Amino acid sequence: MSKTIGVLALQGDFEAHRKAIEDSGARAVEVRTAAEMHACDGLILPGGESTTMLKLLDMEQLTQPLRDFAATRAVFGTCAGAILLAHHVTHPAQTSLQLLDIDVERNGYGRQIDSRIANIDTAEGVVEAIFIRAPIIRRVGPEARVLATFGKDPVWVEQGRHMVTTFHPELSAGSIVHRRFLSRI
Amino acid sequence: MIFSEEFRLKIGLAEMLKGGVIMDVTNAEQARIAEDAGACAVMALERVPSDIRRDGGVARMSQIRIMEDIMKTVSIPVMAKARIGHFMEARILEALAVDYIDESEVLTPADETHHIDKKSFKVPFVCGARNLGEALRRIAEGAAMIRTKGEAGSGDIVEAVRHIRTIVKEMKHLTILGKEELVHEAKNLGAPLDLVEWVAEHGKLPVPNFSAGGIATPADAALVMQLGAEAVFVGSGIFKSEDPAVRAKAIVKAATYFNDPAKLLEASRDCGEAMRGLDVAKMAPEELLQTRGW
Repeated sequence: MSKTIGVLALQGDFEAHRKAIEDSGARAVEVRTAAEMHACDGLILPGGESTTMLKLLDMEQLTQPLRDFAATRAVFGTCAGAILLAHHVTHPAQTSLQLLDIDVERNGYGRQIDSRIANIDTAEGVVEAIFIRAPIIRRVGPEARVLATFGKDPVWVEQGRHMVTTFHPELSAGSIVHRRFLSRI
Repeated sequence: MIFSEEFRLKIGLAEMLKGGVIMDVTNAEQARIAEDAGACAVMALERVPSDIRRDGGVARMSQIRIMEDIMKTVSIPVMAKARIGHFMEARILEALAVDYIDESEVLTPADETHHIDKKSFKVPFVCGARNLGEALRRIAEGAAMIRTKGEAGSGDIVEAVRHIRTIVKEMKHLTILGKEELVHEAKNLGAPLDLVEWVAEHGKLPVPNFSAGGIATPADAALVMQLGAEAVFVGSGIFKSEDPAVRAKAIVKAATYFNDPAKLLEASRDCGEAMRGLDVAKMAPEELLQTRGW
């Protein structure tokens, strides 16, 4: 049976992730409730506004179900999703799920006019990396593994079954990053 | 059609705003309330549309110091409005490094023939549209996000509904036409053929399609999302209501759960009184903001 990947659809570019997962040959569903989450084999926290997602996770009491899910299944966060999964968040400080041992600075490169596209070398080959008001990973703990950097900054990190990117692989065609996530589920 | 890297980055930020609520704010305090309620972005302006309507006079780009204050106060994207055709207001907003510029009919137009050449800017633009031809002309000029115009400051959803239905219906129509018919259709729409062909092939706009103009309740937000809008702008609807913080949260919830009536009921239950509003059908043509822009 093919894998079902949930994409947290509270706010953000969940539709682009759904398409990237479907293009990689798995089933994708939008997740807005705990019941929808628990029917999935893996979960993606998309790009968007991390503050908006935090408010809705809290308002809809989805934080604990998400922690329970992550205890046994894989979670992948891009940009805002990476901020939600980090251990510690700055600029400004905000709460996070602490599923990866990384510290993240929000909007690390500046505002939208500082957004950029770059081709970067990764553990899976060259990848087009789209950075949009991206965060910077300022610290990577000993348990976490860096799969790609841009300049000196880690931009793709995995730890155990979870992984994050500070860029948006869902906005590039034929995402190698999504395929790696699927292969680990 | 191949999009440049720069255009993909501009569309990229619009993608990040999907499923969210962009709220009009006039100062840092309102911006904080909006961010705390879960807004995915704020639109900085001097007066909300219903006050512009009431006060009259010339409505221009906001005061720089107020926008700077807002940008310092919140971590979410900050948008700002420039007058239609006023490319120097836009250059100033770009120098200020706002995240998006709304070339907006809510402000008094600076040019009655030309919109801004948005391709010559690094900062992305959103523009209003009432129909597909208008949307595609704005995209041809470089807009990376389209929103319905609706009727700003009215609190009446009827025009936003008309505009989103018109755009969606015109897009559906293109998908059933033959190649030779598309040339004729491009002429009728007053839009470039390559964009008309793109829409015919994909059945949607090449940039995100949001809704604005008259959204005042959680139900209004859910309605336009059901009709095909991918996110909503709320102007006067929040800070002209009885309890802005609560209403802002309720509309954020409605934009996420637009397909879940039980959640919409929760969102609608305790959000106080909505803005009073104006019946657009009773307005004189010269009072309409949506007819600005061409």
